[in-house]
Amino acid sequence: MPGPTKRPPVLVLRDVAKSFGPVVALRSGSLSVDAGSIHGLVGENGAGKSTLVKIVAGVHRRDSGTFELDGAAVDFGSTADSKAAGVAVIYQEPTLFPDLSVTENIFMGRQPLGRGRRIDRAAMRTEAESLFRRLGVMIDPRRPARGLSIADQQIIEIAKAISLDARVLVMDEPTAALSGVEVDRLFAVARSLRDEGRALVFISHRFDEVFDLCDTVTVMRDGDYVSTDATADTSVEQIVARMVGREVSDLFPKVDATVGDVVLEVEGLTSVGTFHDVTFSVRAGEIVGLAGLVGAGRSEIARAVFGVDRYDAGHVRIAGRDLRAHNPRAAIRAGIGFVPEDRRKQGLVVDSSVARNVAGAIRGGLARAGVLTSRAETRAAGPWAARLEVKTNALDMTAATMSGGNQQKVVLAKWLATNPRLLIVDEPTRGIDVGTKAEVHRLLSDLAGQGMAILMISSELPEVLGMADRVLVVREGRITAELDRDSATPEAVMHAATVTTVPAAGADTRTEVTA
Amino acid sequence: MSAPTVSRPDAGLARVYPAHARPLWRRVLLTREVAMIALLVVVYEYSMNNVGNFDGPLTLYYLFLDTAPILLIALPMTLVIITGEIDLSVASVVGLSSVLVGVLHQDAGLSIPVAGAIAILVGAVCGAFNGFLVAYVGLPSLAVTIGTLALYRGIAVGILGTTAKTDFPEKWTDLAKKRIWEDHPYPTILIPFLVLLVAFALLLHFSPFGRGVFEIGLNDEAAHFTGVNVELTKLWLFVLAGAVSAFAGIYYTLRFGSARGDNATGLELQVIAAVLLGGVSIFGGRGALHGVIAGVLLIGVLASAMRLENQTVNLINIVIGVLLVLSVISTSFLSWASGLATRGRGLGPLRRRSSAADHK
Repeated sequence: MPGPTKRPPVLVLRDVAKSFGPVVALRSGSLSVDAGSIHGLVGENGAGKSTLVKIVAGVHRRDSGTFELDGAAVDFGSTADSKAAGVAVIYQEPTLFPDLSVTENIFMGRQPLGRGRRIDRAAMRTEAESLFRRLGVMIDPRRPARGLSIADQQIIEIAKAISLDARVLVMDEPTAALSGVEVDRLFAVARSLRDEGRALVFISHRFDEVFDLCDTVTVMRDGDYVSTDATADTSVEQIVARMVGREVSDLFPKVDATVGDVVLEVEGLTSVGTFHDVTFSVRAGEIVGLAGLVGAGRSEIARAVFGVDRYDAGHVRIAGRDLRAHNPRAAIRAGIGFVPEDRRKQGLVVDSSVARNVAGAIRGGLARAGVLTSRAETRAAGPWAARLEVKTNALDMTAATMSGGNQQKVVLAKWLATNPRLLIVDEPTRGIDVGTKAEVHRLLSDLAGQGMAILMISSELPEVLGMADRVLVVREGRITAELDRDSATPEAVMHAATVTTVPAAGADTRTEVTA
Repeated sequence: MSAPTVSRPDAGLARVYPAHARPLWRRVLLTREVAMIALLVVVYEYSMNNVGNFDGPLTLYYLFLDTAPILLIALPMTLVIITGEIDLSVASVVGLSSVLVGVLHQDAGLSIPVAGAIAILVGAVCGAFNGFLVAYVGLPSLAVTIGTLALYRGIAVGILGTTAKTDFPEKWTDLAKKRIWEDHPYPTILIPFLVLLVAFALLLHFSPFGRGVFEIGLNDEAAHFTGVNVELTKLWLFVLAGAVSAFAGIYYTLRFGSARGDNATGLELQVIAAVLLGGVSIFGGRGALHGVIAGVLLIGVLASAMRLENQTVNLINIVIGVLLVLSVISTSFLSWASGLATRGRGLGPLRRRSSAADHK
């Protein structure tokens, strides 16, 4: 129920923009939330939802645009500012002090004081108990926060927000790690807060939840505001179309390549609690896209295939031969290259030189009689840096000084130097500028054209759809759809990535994640 | 089926990069290591001219005899610290090895080479135990080696109690003190040291293994993703530290002709101080062996010059301590200043340092 009397919205953001260096995270974000309503915020990964939330929370400062709370312009420099103004944000995974009691967590930093400026524990506990009664949940306020389920931790965050008398509550994907029962309880709490006249913003990738809970829904795409509708007046199909709606095929050209023999076969790969019974194959000359939401288990599958992570069951075969589990060296020898998700932490050694990074995976072969010289590394690295047009003054410059796009080229050069049969790329263009992005796409396309097998993980739907010959959709650790180039529409992929077709099975997986 | 070949880039058309951003003399001379060597030369020259008897025939000879165990153990310690770990148990391994040589030679009647070989083997096992706990169990090396520091020392003292074994063949005790050439101040222990120095320099600076050592120190996760066997590398380094410490223990025993459980107590801190003075970063990832050798010798020269000037041990320790603190400050300050000069903004190197501390 939207507010019975027409009041001005509590929270208003208009044309808010935010960039991180050259990367534009939020181009023009707008959001208008009424008191006494629940407002859904949806969009693909990278649409700018989280950035918007962080601006509201005071984590980031906007570069431009209007930000009003109760009609007054505000500008939060820190999370303390936003809390003081009555804004509370509940994240997917709350950060409580595990060794302190539930009560102490709620009153952290503003404990009620009794006689002689001592903390009044009794008052604290009474207050906590009344908060939980109001929320209708059973949590012992005396127990330590350690060991509480994520759902209970979120309730504690909500209790904290209410005790601060927050007028605006933002919940950033609160249900991602909750089981069915826990979601129901959270929704009951959310509805009672709405009925008290508070404004709630609810971010979720699950449309059934958005339509179940929210009064209005705002769609974002590519850092822009798209639309706001009452949920009663719209449909899942409409929302999905708005989330993805854009022409994709011209952006990412994939050259047609002759598809050859099977290079990678993955069979029944399982890692308890992360992914289950994953089976797929990649052929020479083919780009296979792994699509899905962040946290669906795509990167974990790739890491297990390459051997940096362990898996519990299943087989990985390269060109018909079994690959040893949990052994990246064996994977490299077998001809796998792996461009990981986190460039600066996993992809390269940023404090090492360009030459040493590029030669990193082949240096064993560069040693003469066991002796490896910098000269040999530099000589081997130079041509690969040139092929990828890495921008650097000299090969002994550290990678730390380079832009994200250039660092990614260094990582790609490192793996191309090993002459791999299979290249796994995890978010190959995340956080890099448009020009370099196009270069990376052209490179991947060329490599496939020359007969390399490529497994590409990307959270950017247009990238996957434009580049991949086949798309595998992962949801909650399982492959839920395999779509060929013609049937891989944005709607089909988003549907397979978000909609729980068999509720029972979905609930199972979620319980495992929580445990 | 053959792997697809990525066409080799055509060198004629593609961009050619210079190998180095700075000219050779700047790369070679403007380093922490060369600064340490220069300081060593200055202190040495000053002492030769101004300290009475420093130019005498015995000064250098005793300097080498006394610093030999530190020189030896500093080699593997450098590699261990570059990976971002630390080994505090080395001096206890020296003590244990000393006791083993004494007991095996005098009570079990084994010859010195056989007893020594067994001691080195035991030292390697001690190192392997450290390495296993650090690399495969994943415990912090500081805690593990504080524990084994007490453990190995306890075993050593437990075997011999407070007694000493002092009966060693003169052939061997003389060898430990013998000079390579009659009229020169170089004792024979420098020969195995130089052999090990060449081996460790090749290992650290000129081998794929050594590149892995640096990468582990800079970013062990990225090293793992590039195919470096992080666990095995660390295990080997601890094994080497144990074995070299045991060898130093044999030398220690023969040089003083005495096998005692409390031999070389506290030596680990002298070794670590010298390694850090030599320019190795305690956060890992940075350092070079020539700097470390200069660091060890600088401490040795300072100590013997001050001793000749009749200064007390306390004052010597104060000077070395101040020098160490200054050297740590100077690296932070120098990189901050150079960052300020080249980039125009001052926070770069400091931020990088804190990120280095973070990933530890």
